[in-house]
Order: sequence, then C-alpha cells, then structure tokens
Amino acid sequence: MTVPLVEVEDLSVAFDLPDGRIEAVRGVSFTLGRERLGIVGESGSGKSQTGRALLGLTARNGTVSAKRLAFDGIDLLRASERERRALRGSRMTMVMQDPRYSLNPVMTVGQQIVEAYRAHRRASRGEARKAALAMLHSVRIDQPERVMALYPHELSGGMGQRVMIAMMLITDPELLIADEPTSALDVTVRGEVLRILDALVAERGMGLILISHDLELVASFCDRVLVMYAGRIVEELNADALHDAQHPYTRGLIGCLPRLDRDSHPLPVLDRDPAWAL
Amino acid sequence: MAEPLLAIDDLRVTFGVGRLHVAAVEGVSLRLGPGESLGLVGESGSGKSTVLRAITGLAPVAGGTIRLAGEPVRLPRGMDFYRTVQMVFQDPFASLHPRHTVDQILAEPLAIHRVADAEARIVAALAEVGLGPSYRFRYPHQLSGGQRQRVAIARALVLRPRLVLLDEPTSALDASVQAEILNLLETLRREFGLSYLLVSHDLAVVAHLCERLVVMRRGRVVEETTAEALRRGTVSEPYTRAMLTASKGFSRTPEPESG
Ligand SMILES: Nc1ncnc2c1ncn2[C@@H]1O[C@H](COP(=O)(O)OP(=O)(O)O)[C@@H](O)[C@H]1O
Ligand SMILES: Nc1ncnc2c1ncn2[C@@H]1O[C@H](COP(=O)(O)OP(=O)(O)O)[C@@H](O)[C@H]1O
Ligand SMILES: [Mg+2]
Ligand SMILES: [Mg+2]
Repeated sequence: MTVPLVEVEDLSVAFDLPDGRIEAVRGVSFTLGRERLGIVGESGSGKSQTGRALLGLTARNGTVSAKRLAFDGIDLLRASERERRALRGSRMTMVMQDPRYSLNPVMTVGQQIVEAYRAHRRASRGEARKAALAMLHSVRIDQPERVMALYPHELSGGMGQRVMIAMMLITDPELLIADEPTSALDVTVRGEVLRILDALVAERGMGLILISHDLELVASFCDRVLVMYAGRIVEELNADALHDAQHPYTRGLIGCLPRLDRDSHPLPVLDRDPAWAL
Repeated sequence: MAEPLLAIDDLRVTFGVGRLHVAAVEGVSLRLGPGESLGLVGESGSGKSTVLRAITGLAPVAGGTIRLAGEPVRLPRGMDFYRTVQMVFQDPFASLHPRHTVDQILAEPLAIHRVADAEARIVAALAEVGLGPSYRFRYPHQLSGGQRQRVAIARALVLRPRLVLLDEPTSALDASVQAEILNLLETLRREFGLSYLLVSHDLAVVAHLCERLVVMRRGRVVEETTAEALRRGTVSEPYTRAMLTASKGFSRTPEPESG
C-alpha cells in the first residue's frame, strides 16, 4: 500500500490569550492523495489554521496537537524546525489571498522567483533565470522578461496572484495549499487563475488543498469538500454531490446565497443550532 | 417617467496631472427614479466607487452634471444634500470611528443636523436594523462584521435620506450574514421608500436588490440592462456575458474572450 501524501488525525490548534483560550481547530482528521481537496466554512471556522498547522506556520501563541500529522510518511510532529522549514519551501507550499502582502515589496518579481528557486536547488543565476521565465510562461504571463523587472506594486491583482503561484510552484512542490487564492480577484480573472492551478495540478500530479468561503466555487473545482464549522469538520462531501448535503449548516450555506436562477425574497437565513458547535 | 431622483449626465472625473493623470470616469450618464434601485457593476478600477464619490462631492468632477430631484448639486454639498443622500461602504470596520461608541456614531449626524429628540431616534434607528438597545454603548471592535454593517446602515438611515449609495456593502461578510443584510436592506427600502445605487461585483446580489443595472468598463458605461435579462441570460456585451459565465462557478473550459 502506498502512503497518502498527507495524513491528519485528530488535529487541534488552540491559542492562549490573556482572557482565555481559543480552540481554533478541534479534532480534524482527513487524508489527501494527489487530488484536489476543498475546505469551506465561514470566517473563523478554522480553515486557515488547519492549513498553517500542516505547514508548521502556526503563530507563537498557538499550540498544535494531533494523533498524527504526516507528509509523505514523514512525521511532522517529530520533525525539527529546520526539517520543516526545508519541506515548506520545497515540497509543500502555500499561496495566500493577497499577493501584495506575500511578495517582498522591495524586490523585483524576477529577483524573488530566482531566489526562491536557488534556495532549494543548486543552480547558477542564469539557469534560475531561465527556470523563472519558463514558470512565468506556464502561469500564462505574456512578456515574462518585462514582468521579471517589475515590483509587486506595479502588478494588477490577477497578475500578482499568478506571479505568486509561479513563485510557489518553481520548486516543484508535491503539495500546494491555496488559501482563498482568488478572493481578491475580479470574477472574470478568477476563472483564469483557477484554470492555471488546475492544469498545473494535473500536469505535475500535485496534491492541492483549496481553502475558500465560497462553497459553489470549491465544489466546482475540487474532487472532495470538507465543511468546517467552529473548528470541526461537520461534513465531508464529494464535490459533485454538494446538493445532497445532509448537515443543516451546509444546507443553510447553500440556501442563503442569492442566485440568478432562483429569485427568492426574503433570502433564507441560517438558523444556528448551538449543537453544531459541540 | 416621473422626475428622476438622481440624474447624472456625461460625468467625467480625473485624478492627478501630467504623467499621473487618470481619467477614472469618462462620460457616465444614468437615471434613478424615486423608490427605484440601480446596480453598478464592472471589474475593479472601472470607476464605480468614483461615481459614488463624485455624487457625494468626494471626487473631483471635471465635467458633466449631477442633479438631485431636478436641482443641480452644489459644491460644497450643503446640509440638505446629506439629508437626502447617504452612503454605506464595504468595510464597516474602516468606516466606523474605532473610539466612538455606537451611540456616539449615531448621535453625530443628528447633532450636525440639529435633530430634536436624538435619544429616541438612536434607539429607533438601532431597532430598525435589528439591534437591541444593549448595543448602544459598545465599540466597533466589540461587534461582529455583520453587526458593524448594521450600525453603518443605521447611521446612514438616521437622517431619513431618500437615496442610499451602497459600495460593496456585503462583500466583506460571510454568506449567511450577507443574506441577513440583504434582507434588511430590502425591508428598509420598502418601509421608507428608499432608492439604492448599489455597487457590487456579485451579479446575483445586484439582481436580488435592483431592477436595473449599468455595466461599467474603463470609466464608461458599456451596457445598461435589467435584472430580468441577467436572469434570462440575454445580455449583449461580451464583457457582461463573461461576468455572467464567471459568476456560475469554475469551469475547466475557458470563458469566451472578455475583450
Ligand atoms: N494568533 C492567533 N491568536 C489568537 N487567535 C487566533 C490566532 N490566529 C487565529 N486565531 C483564531 O482562530 C480561529 C480560526 O481562524 P482561521 O483558521 O483563520 O479561520 P478561517 O480561515 O476559517 O477564517 C479564529 O477564531 C481566529 O480568531
Ligand atoms: N484618489 C484617487 N487618486 C488617484 N486615482 C484614483 C483615486 N481614486 C480612484 N482612482 C483611480 O480611478 C480609477 C477608478 O477607481 P475606482 O472608482 O475606485 O474603481 P472601482 O470602484 O470600479 O474598483 C482607478 O484607476 C483608480 O486607481
Ligand atoms: Mg482564513
Ligand atoms: Mg470600488
């Protein structure tokens, strides 16, 4: 039997604050192969903290515990900070919502991609530059030479996000966690960025975790969807079976959206059952 | 048609000079009747917010006219203007003073306009947006995103305006909270006969709240259509069509060229 790419068993993340403890993630379990997994839920439900714990990016005041947390069979709970950093930059990586905050504002696009490449691979500047150009080309940036010389603030939202994806994928990772990668983009640009991700995942046989608050978007993109509420997974669905969702929270999330193909006034609202958070 | 509440003709707005010159709005015209709601959609940077800001006198108008109930608006906008027109922004956290209580936030416009009986008006305004009196002495950071947006709406309505300019009022909110705010906006509109000019990137939100909409691109209106036509899918501009396709979720085959 082959090991799954990612194994998460009973993961919890808690934060200690002066006025109490926040249990951000509570007993989350899932495995991931070379597939597209979606995590959806409302803000604060623990989606980002699940992804960050996997990468080892939990803030200092947070405590991570789990029965098992593994990447390609490597026990992440026992790995040293150095080993995790090495994994993070190369074999597993994360794309965030707003590239303007994730890119270095005082380095050109080219410098950043070249640096990311050379940090994980012995390569000359010239080779790294060639790889960077090819990568920009594969995220469908026209005139990559010109874009290499730009600073992050000179990029439009859609271009910034593609540069970010290029930078994250230049090390050929096996796992990509994309945290709301298109939420800051125009709807018409969104599809284009997602299609690039989709093609790269298929071509390279990567595992992808797509984190989003947009249930419809995740369901149309992923193979499987985890629905989170108050730090827990309340439901797991095959993406094509979204409309068979059983949990009242999932059904409520689907129902409360205004839709072009159904004009309902007033919109149904979520009636939160305190039992969902238990 | 009855006299429009808002009539904009050939509006132009430019920022900066020389190399930094930006023509943000280049000849926009639109009409909004009393009690009607009009959507304003288009990609980011197309000039939607600038149109709203030009109406309120916050953006430099380089040409064209803005008339409110038949009268050209004056510069600076007078007190009477703000009794007729109010605005709600996308990010309720940024638009509410962080060190003012809800009570102070609602009292300010009432004091400026010397409205009698402020106390009763504040309590009533909170009730209208579904917040109990216990919220009166809270600070914005003690409220959820949805509650903050309710306070911003209460502040906009406390002077009983006829026209409310809404700039992405639900974009920062979770879907369930968005549903509550959309329902609230609909109820308030019916109750007080309000007109809305709504900016949103979400076509379903626009179709839910507005009868008509205007599609902007690069500072110009490229299409004027109805919610009905959006629902039927009978829009004519390729750009509007691309937005419509994109709003249906992810598809592995590319959308038709958006031009
Ligand atoms: N550094 C931190 N200190 C305290 N609480 C935190 C910290 N980071 C996140 N949280 C809390 O953890 C919970 C889950 O957050 P997150 O995973 O970011 O939610 P989501 O991505 O689903 O919106 C939230 O209640 C958030 O406020
Ligand atoms: N205060 C300003 N100074 C300079 N340029 C501005 C200013 N406000 C807006 N712009 C420019 O005007 C254009 C339209 O912006 P905006 O109305 O905010 O677009 P939208 O709301 O459709 O996203 C953009 O190119 C923007 O950069
Ligand atoms: Mg998050
Ligand atoms: Mg805007």
